Amino acid sequence: MTKVKSLADLKKMKDQFQSKIELREKGEDPDSRVQIKVAMATCGIASGAKTVMEFLIEELDKRSIDAVVTQTGCMGYCYAEPTIEVKLPNQEPVVFGYVNNQKADEIIEKYIKNGELVDGIIPMNYNTIDNQ
Amino acid sequence: MKELALHILDIAQNSIVAGATLIRIGIAEDMQRDVLSMTIEDNGKGMPSDMVERVMSPYTTSRTTRKVGMGLPLLHDACLAANGMLTIESVENEGTKVLATIQLSHIDRQPLGDITGVIVLLFSANPNIDFVYSHVRNQNSYIFDTREVKELLEGIPLNTPEVIKSIREMIALNLDEL
Repeated sequence: MTKVKSLADLKKMKDQFQSKIELREKGEDPDSRVQIKVAMATCGIASGAKTVMEFLIEELDKRSIDAVVTQTGCMGYCYAEPTIEVKLPNQEPVVFGYVNNQKADEIIEKYIKNGELVDGIIPMNYNTIDNQ
Repeated sequence: MKELALHILDIAQNSIVAGATLIRIGIAEDMQRDVLSMTIEDNGKGMPSDMVERVMSPYTTSRTTRKVGMGLPLLHDACLAANGMLTIESVENEGTKVLATIQLSHIDRQPLGDITGVIVLLFSANPNIDFVYSHVRNQNSYIFDTREVKELLEGIPLNTPEVIKSIREMIALNLDEL
């Protein structure tokens, strides 16, 4: 594959991008995507949130999981950074703490693929029976 | 925070929170004058002048989750450690400009780090904000503008994984040649 160096090179790849997007959208509606937010404030960045975010973007694509990875500010769990919030379709978001690449891999394999909960969940948004 | 690129990622978060729609990031390496300068300029909501005066203090923050804000103080420290300085200009409702200058050859200057990764991360995680990144090294320069790319790709989102990959390659190749 030739390397992309100029905007003209990028333009040449437009059709390729388009067909990838169409392939992905076939059969899946956008609401059914996995949504991940990486906390990206000073605390998160200093403890490696950038590496984790790059890992997530790359690995989710490699493993053909339709997901959007975005960033958010400090969620107030500076001691547990890097933290990420994962929202599976039609489910409440779950926040994980102390996420390094290894943990991110576990979250993808267990939680995102199978809905299995893994260690490191921060109880941020839970409802008790009283306020339900 | 061990790389200047990470500081830029961090300071740009302030611009995002300030509601900026356009963020300009500039890096200039001037070997002759022995200066590395970095600017982060946004069109966000800006700050009143008393806030600008207090902003270098770690006990100043606009956030509500806790009482400290370390972003600017850490960058300030990184500048001072390498014979440099940090200045902030801000006009309410117009925007803020952060300018850091550092002695390029100083032994305590932090390495620039993965600036390509930072730029890619910023535009892919913030699809509604435009970024202009310019990098000058001595006489050579490279400019990357998401508005140009968006126009070129006619509606294909920049945060599509394949697009991210290609743009990363494009920026890295151009920086290598500077």
